[in-house]
Amino acid sequence: MKILLVDDSRTIRNIQKNVLKQLGHEDINEASDGVEALASIAEERPDLMLVDWNMPNMDGITLIRRVRETDKTLPMIMCTTEAEKTRVLEAIKAGVNDYVVKPFTAESLSVKIERTMAKTV
Amino acid sequence: MDVRLVNPFVVAIQRVFESMVHTKARIGRPLLREDGTKSMHDVSGVIGFSGDAAGCVVLSFPMDVACKIATAFAGTEIDENHEDFTDAIGELTNMVAGNAKMQFEGLDISISLPSVIIGGHTIAHPRQSPRIVIPCETDLGGVAIEVCMTVKETPSKKLAQTQGATA
Repeated sequence: MKILLVDDSRTIRNIQKNVLKQLGHEDINEASDGVEALASIAEERPDLMLVDWNMPNMDGITLIRRVRETDKTLPMIMCTTEAEKTRVLEAIKAGVNDYVVKPFTAESLSVKIERTMAKTV
Repeated sequence: MDVRLVNPFVVAIQRVFESMVHTKARIGRPLLREDGTKSMHDVSGVIGFSGDAAGCVVLSFPMDVACKIATAFAGTEIDENHEDFTDAIGELTNMVAGNAKMQFEGLDISISLPSVIIGGHTIAHPRQSPRIVIPCETDLGGVAIEVCMTVKETPSKKLAQTQGATA
């Protein structure tokens, strides 16, 4: 399974990578903003994306809307510090499959990833 | 001192440090600094607030503590020269600011991307905003959280509701 991590913090991408590796996922690509993510998707469609909200150049909510214009099924999990109900609803409306609030634990991230993949298989 | 400004940051730092740095944050007595006194810091992560609350939150560390905390957070050895040092401090500050923001119910607040300042420095804030310093002890050393924030008396959501009701 190909996974694309989209976050402007390399530290967060590394933490996510470690969690994913513990879950047995090794095929992982990275992007540091929405623009890089769109380029990566155009090159190779991932099977799952973890997307931060606040990023330079193109933020996560814009990225999700752009992806959903052409791809209705790509599983996407928003992983962000934006935790207000209005933000969660905005992300769901934009097309995310699930939502993880930072700070997260390895367990909580694992549960969301496995749940999302089980629903979309 | 307005506890409504303090409590969200106390809860946020405890949550973030326990989940991501794997250490408990023990909160000291918050201080209201009205006399313009400035503290010298080695490393600070800064996030600005805008919208219904204006100002910023600063997480400041002595250098050795910043390195230990960045290492515990990232899960790999990080010193001040490591390419991910500023990223780790910035992301930790981002998490504290984001988590605190969530607790200001009914307010529409945006946060900036983090900035990190390295090297002996002081932080100056606008005089009209209260400056609250929250000391915090962890097993890795001490951290200071500075909050300098002014909250709008009529939040935009409340204003919209009022205007909707009268429209």
